[in-house]
Amino acid sequence: MAQNETPFGKIKPWLYLLPSILFLGFFLVYPLIDVFIYSFEEGYNFASQTGFGIGFYNYSYVLHDPYFLQALKNTLILVAITVPLSTGLSLLISLGLSSIPALKKAFQTIYFLPYVTNTLAVGLVFMILFKKTAYSEGLINLLITAFGGEGVDFIEGPYWAKMMVLCIYTVWIVMPFKILILTSSLASVNQDYYNAAKVDGTSSGRIFWRITLPMISPMIFYLIITGFIGAFKSYSDAVALFGTNLNAAEMNTIVGYVYDMLYGNSGGYPSYASAAAVILFVIVLTITCINLLVSKKNVQY
Amino acid sequence: MEVVLQHITKRFPSRDKNNPADVIAVNDFDLTIPDGKLVCLLGPSGCGKSTLLNMISGLAKPSDGHIFFGDVDVTALPPENRGIGLVFQNYALYPHLTVRQNIRFPLENLKGDRKLSKEAMEEKVQEAAKLVQITQYLERKPSELSGGQQQRVAIARALVKGPGVLLLDEPLSNLDARLRLQTREEIRRIQQETGVTTIFVTHDQEEAMSISDEIIVMETGFKRQVGHPQEVYDHPCSLFVAKFLGTPQINVFDGRIAGGKLYIGDEAVLDFPGFPDQEVNVGIRPEGFIPAENGAFSFERSSVEVMGRDVSIVGKHPAFQGASIRAIVSSLNKIDTTATVDRFSLVPEKVHVFDKNTGAVLTLAAKEKE
Repeated sequence: MAQNETPFGKIKPWLYLLPSILFLGFFLVYPLIDVFIYSFEEGYNFASQTGFGIGFYNYSYVLHDPYFLQALKNTLILVAITVPLSTGLSLLISLGLSSIPALKKAFQTIYFLPYVTNTLAVGLVFMILFKKTAYSEGLINLLITAFGGEGVDFIEGPYWAKMMVLCIYTVWIVMPFKILILTSSLASVNQDYYNAAKVDGTSSGRIFWRITLPMISPMIFYLIITGFIGAFKSYSDAVALFGTNLNAAEMNTIVGYVYDMLYGNSGGYPSYASAAAVILFVIVLTITCINLLVSKKNVQY
Repeated sequence: MEVVLQHITKRFPSRDKNNPADVIAVNDFDLTIPDGKLVCLLGPSGCGKSTLLNMISGLAKPSDGHIFFGDVDVTALPPENRGIGLVFQNYALYPHLTVRQNIRFPLENLKGDRKLSKEAMEEKVQEAAKLVQITQYLERKPSELSGGQQQRVAIARALVKGPGVLLLDEPLSNLDARLRLQTREEIRRIQQETGVTTIFVTHDQEEAMSISDEIIVMETGFKRQVGHPQEVYDHPCSLFVAKFLGTPQINVFDGRIAGGKLYIGDEAVLDFPGFPDQEVNVGIRPEGFIPAENGAFSFERSSVEVMGRDVSIVGKHPAFQGASIRAIVSSLNKIDTTATVDRFSLVPEKVHVFDKNTGAVLTLAAKEKE
């Protein structure tokens, strides 16, 4: 206690915090504030460090830009489909894994492989599966035609086909982590709860809904929140599948749009990029707040 | 409901590569538990008592043997069809449900014509809650209750379906000493009010002795002795049982029988006719020592502990097998605090003589001859 009364004692905790404060301030807080400022400055130019004025022009431009609207639509579809689908599938697979003690380890490894695989390598595999080239129709198309269907160009064809491939890709790539988290949280549920339920003659459906699910609900909730955020920020997946000219492919995402505005062919517009980034930030913030509100009612800690 | 165990054996496959023989947790166990009694499976940890309880509950299947509830062979029945209530060591209350929902949970599982209306369920919940005196906590979550209250909720949940047999797995081990005392009386009261046959697993001999109608002492999967607590305490059938029951522990000495007399060291402490001369283990309960100037037995005193109601004399003896002898005498005896050697006469009923090799008791036969 005596130490805290000296002037040095009062500074001491701040000295401990200094490295991280400096680092975070410089690389996180300052750029964040900067982005906000840019987004309100019209026609800001990096080279001259000047703009025309301050206002909502950038937002207005971005919100009327068809490319942004396309990116927004793509992102929303992606989020709406992949987050519930990947979480649900992961839960099913984890439940399956937990009930087969024999091969659990082996399957766990197999399911975890996509997580450690390089995004672009996975993209290549998806190309082999879906892309039509001069010498191949793509594996999936071969299957479809073998069963008498008509082939679709999944990479350069209709919008729904491309979106489907992107969704499958995203679900596939995010599932390993979710399965890992869920299997371990399933394993951490005390066996006595199940024994107690068994003695009471609880049906397996009821055990799942009334015991298992509430017990692992914090983890599911965590996965849903991070899933939403991750899906909103997705970009590299689309690049791996459709190349860097995403606007042409109608497969751009919001983050992709931000990147294009900064460095792409249409690049050099930091103000528009900032405005789009702020819009994304607001969307993610809103969704996360809604998630938190919902979880207060349904999650048991 | 009467519970009968016939030749119950439980084997687990060995995990030890050097010793591939199966591990036998419960070995050829025969037992009849009379209807409406509270019995206790007592033994050191690892003696197979919890395994036995799990087999009675149906959570584990016996490798051999049969279990009967009344006349019904339940060996092959799953737990839910046996009509049992089970209280777990850590209570296993569902943390996300309120006390009311926890107690109601087993009722909601009933199917077919046993299905209950909402009102009937509520009535049963109230009844069970009243029995264990937790009616004022029904809306709370288990985490908002003390250990003792959680214990009561667990018992209420086990009893709400009106089971024929109530099983308790180390129910008091998570409670502090005072609550333990209170709760064990509570368990006794609930058992007597409901008249449900209750089987209770514990490693705490005091707990077992204080509330059971009958105790079953187990060691390494074998049934060692069955009987009324006092009976087992007074007439242990082996050195193991004698050592396991009673605090402080029984004092065990190297002794010998020679010429119809029992010797500890050089002193002939008791007449012990009817046995050939042999080396024996002699167990003397702490309360079996009576200070007497001309007593037959003596040991060197190391300290005197005053406990108010009685005095505990701690001492040493060359033939003693443990660290220090403990004799408990009434504080009415005037203890000479300056003495270095204490002399005692021994209470014959408190002295138990055991075979050196088998550990079986020799006293019983001797008593019969008298």
